[in-house]
Amino acid sequence: MEIILLILRYLVSPLIVIAVLMGMCAYAVLAERKISSWIQNRVGPNRTQLPILAYIPVAGNILQRIGFSQPMADGLKFLFKEDVRPGHVKKFYYVLAPCLSLMTALLTCTVLPFGLWWGKDNLAHPIVLADVDIGLLFILAVSSLGVYGLVLAGWSSNSKYPFLGGIRASAQLISYELAMGVALLPVFLWSSRPGVVSPLNLYSIVQAQDNFWLVIWQPVSALLFLVCLFAETNRLPFDMAESETDLVGGFHTEYGSFKFGFFFIAEYAHMIVGSAVFVILFFGGWNFLPGIADPWPHNLIGSGLTIVWFLAKVVFFVFFFIWIRWTLPRFRYDQVMKLGWNVLLPLSVANFCAYLVFFALFPKA
Amino acid sequence: MAKVLERKPLTFWERTYLPQILGGLRITFMNMFRRSETLEYPEQRPQIPRGYRGAPVLVKDPNGREKCVSCQLCEFVCPPKAIRITPGEIPYTAPTAHVEKAPKEFEINMLRCIYCGLCEEVCPEQAIFLQDVYSITGTSRGEFIHNKQKLYELGGTRPDQFYKWDKKLSAEKSHNEGEGHH
Repeated sequence: MEIILLILRYLVSPLIVIAVLMGMCAYAVLAERKISSWIQNRVGPNRTQLPILAYIPVAGNILQRIGFSQPMADGLKFLFKEDVRPGHVKKFYYVLAPCLSLMTALLTCTVLPFGLWWGKDNLAHPIVLADVDIGLLFILAVSSLGVYGLVLAGWSSNSKYPFLGGIRASAQLISYELAMGVALLPVFLWSSRPGVVSPLNLYSIVQAQDNFWLVIWQPVSALLFLVCLFAETNRLPFDMAESETDLVGGFHTEYGSFKFGFFFIAEYAHMIVGSAVFVILFFGGWNFLPGIADPWPHNLIGSGLTIVWFLAKVVFFVFFFIWIRWTLPRFRYDQVMKLGWNVLLPLSVANFCAYLVFFALFPKA
Repeated sequence: MAKVLERKPLTFWERTYLPQILGGLRITFMNMFRRSETLEYPEQRPQIPRGYRGAPVLVKDPNGREKCVSCQLCEFVCPPKAIRITPGEIPYTAPTAHVEKAPKEFEINMLRCIYCGLCEEVCPEQAIFLQDVYSITGTSRGEFIHNKQKLYELGGTRPDQFYKWDKKLSAEKSHNEGEGHH
């Protein structure tokens, strides 16, 4: 019995989390294609259909129109394409790069709490794979390791465009990581109230927002973090590493078939995990609304509802990522650097100092 | 006189770009609810405008006579040399024997055709027309060489009321019988 519980805890639950994350990645790709097409007054993918679904009278037709089966077709395409490896690449690192990229993206979801469950004593516990006390530090550290995948890809491809893409990725990461870290410090000031063991624990950060979401208290921090998040996940308007107009494909120019698929999935996994972190830090995680933290019934259904509510917020921010992508044009490289060092970093330091003074003058009860 | 435009310095909010970003987000969001402009091709077909230059074809007159008299002007004018005509005689026994010539074979290579419409313009008999057919498919190069039979199949009958050769025949007859106006 003990062993079965252990297996469930350490083998099955991670698999479920990863399966959900990968499913969300696949449908985030579909969402990107569909939303971009709607914004541009197009139709988007609407031809793919599983033969079984075609027999459902009305819903089958609707599923085809919204491209429900498209992710499966995309995945199959990546799987069965010929795996070409150009002759001039550094072989080991060339293969390592996409793995590293995907690994770091998937690793960050281990410490993300995504719901609540209530024990026999009616005490709330987080639903999380690993409830780490330094959760946020772990996420910051591991997610910025993801740039190693990009840099390795750029370097091992042994050609011009990937090289430039890799350089840009590392430069961008260094410039924005700093502002991101400093923008987060006021969050820790907020969550480190008496009785909290570790203010870095994501669960305690969410529970600290039971009445007011942090986006209301710290809008500047939220904005700075959001901008840095876009830069960290290499999404437009900051996709310097990829920028297909001037660097062909950037770091993944030399990649094809499933190795490219890895980069592709990793980008969307980064995006989803990034949205989840943003929701946890600033939008109250699974807390229902500002002021109404916990309307859920304290049982299994309530736990399910917390997860659904949390995922709904995450999906909204994934939509926001896509929405921004099809609204703003890409920055120029020097503009990205200027924005990072001349605007975001001073602003985040000033923001931090302002909150330091505020918390020193009005210490909370 | 040139009009001098005053460049106002940007306000604080304009310099943060944030209102502009919000405006852009509003525009793209409203765009999501507009009707899509896509024409879903195989199911929906485009409206072909009048005067469209599609595949060139041969036509017959309402009496079912092939209008081409094998003068080879189109073959001569065709810029990419897509047309090849093998002229032939009309036998004495045929009712249209007075036309004297008709194409024995008429081939248009659709891989060479540039749809310029010069053949239609140059034809003195109005026998060749560019139709609104824009999608020509085949699985071999040979299938793209439209022969005479195929060209008449595509062209069919043109319901114009000239009857040039019928009039010529009746004029000739009346002249021979001495009942002419002259």
